[in-house]
Amino acid sequence: MVMTLPIPSGTRDVLPEEMRERHAVVAALRELFETHGYGEVSTPTVEYASVLDHAGLAAVGDDATRPRFRSVDEKGETLALRTDMTVPIARLVGSRFADAELPIRLSYVANCYRGVRPGRGESRELLQAGIELCGAPAPDGTAEALTVLVGALDAVGLSEARVAVGDASLFPTLLDAVGITGTARAAILHELATRDMVGLDREVRAAADDVTATMLLEIASRRGAPSLLDEIADDRANAALSGLRELIAKLDQDVASRLILDLGLTRKLGYYTGAVFEVYAPGQGHAIGGGGRYDDLLGTFGRPLPAVGFALDVDALHTAMVGTSRGIWRVGWSASEDRDAKAGS
Amino acid sequence: MNAYGLRIAVPRGVMMKPTLDSLDRAGIDTAEVRGNDRKLLFEDAGIVTMRPSDVATYVESGAADIGITGKDVLMEQHTRDVVELADLEFGFCRIVVASIAGEPDPAEVALRRLGIMRVATKYVNIASRYFEQTGRQVEIVEVKGSVELAPLTGMVDAIVDLTATGTTLRENGLVIREEIATTTGRLIANPASHRLKAEAVDRIREVLLAG
Repeated sequence: MVMTLPIPSGTRDVLPEEMRERHAVVAALRELFETHGYGEVSTPTVEYASVLDHAGLAAVGDDATRPRFRSVDEKGETLALRTDMTVPIARLVGSRFADAELPIRLSYVANCYRGVRPGRGESRELLQAGIELCGAPAPDGTAEALTVLVGALDAVGLSEARVAVGDASLFPTLLDAVGITGTARAAILHELATRDMVGLDREVRAAADDVTATMLLEIASRRGAPSLLDEIADDRANAALSGLRELIAKLDQDVASRLILDLGLTRKLGYYTGAVFEVYAPGQGHAIGGGGRYDDLLGTFGRPLPAVGFALDVDALHTAMVGTSRGIWRVGWSASEDRDAKAGS
Repeated sequence: MNAYGLRIAVPRGVMMKPTLDSLDRAGIDTAEVRGNDRKLLFEDAGIVTMRPSDVATYVESGAADIGITGKDVLMEQHTRDVVELADLEFGFCRIVVASIAGEPDPAEVALRRLGIMRVATKYVNIASRYFEQTGRQVEIVEVKGSVELAPLTGMVDAIVDLTATGTTLRENGLVIREEIATTTGRLIANPASHRLKAEAVDRIREVLLAG
């Protein structure tokens, strides 16, 4: 008799055939990171909760990077499984790279552990591959990270993937410029973060005159190729967009052509301070990776340096490469011949 | 596939007709959808039909690019990662607290004498949050349909439910005690589609809002 013993939801076993393919994905990423001068590091899966709490994530309730799995060691210290590599690497840079020459280029391939919401197919244990570039301010550092990111997508054969780029500081700057403060400001940023355009419309119109409100709502909904920056007329908006503009100017055309600017994009992770990225691949409804600038995080670990990084979800990359388009619906739109062939068989 | 290249999740039930009327105005031929009650997937129109409460699930996963559903669904499933694009202003309803008619309100009596009231609802999250915010201790009983039955049988003291005209409540001897929120049909989009198909999403949003 076969015994089927359960494993926790949101975890899985990987068998040899998939493992070989996963290794190939990881090998391609490792080679690319190495080519760009990013040295791979490994850090403990388990850290002191008090150290991770330096990142200030404990205060943010729904933040995906707030540690969910904790236990207590033999001395009564609380240990936590890491939720990403950005915070452990911030600790590492603060304690082990104190005198290192800048910028510091580090990469990793590591399991991270997160809480899951039921019924979403989310992973408790996810394999992330990414880089952190510490001591390289915007726009050059951001441009380098985006160049490596697009290179990584190409290296695994996902040339169809696109990177949505926004600026976490854009709306705060813009609201300061138009003089919206206090609870109205907080309400607007909340609607933006939860992507509720109906609520955003309501809050913005309550807080601003017609011309300003129209401008803010227009900026919040603008998505498209980097050339959309040329179409913005409002001076206040253009002042707030200077960061994105400088970034785009630093990029090679073949990198810029893979970006979709989203001026309403604010990533929900607490530590982002500037440019934020989300990676999308065709046929995938979820982001398969993300990142951004975190200029204040390293300071909380004793080495105040501007920094930027990204992480790719290796299994999501793999899924996107295999193109698991299940069902007549998916197949139907993307490759009609394929469907017709199946219908005929 | 429709001219927008968007896969659209359409809610069955009371919101289906105004939704299809809107899509007609957007130039999408919905005749086949209207003519076939059992079919679920319409490739030519790029439409899938489903219960309103499933729309956010399909859109979040990317199985549909955009969808139409009630604000009540979005409030109940508030952790869904979808972009709420527009208020389509049809399907107006209220989310209310109701209990058996007459004074005093049996729910209030239960709260005063027992310190807790039992509430039946399909909207577990909305109800829990509402009573928590208003500082009342409740025990939520989840039911899947005909919520009005629950207080009549004595299983609960009150219900939280969606009502358009209040007729069903009235016919079952219940009265509205409190209004939690109002709700209308909303256009939602998958976050990836919202960016990768920005132009098409904006175009259909404009047409649907103009209606």
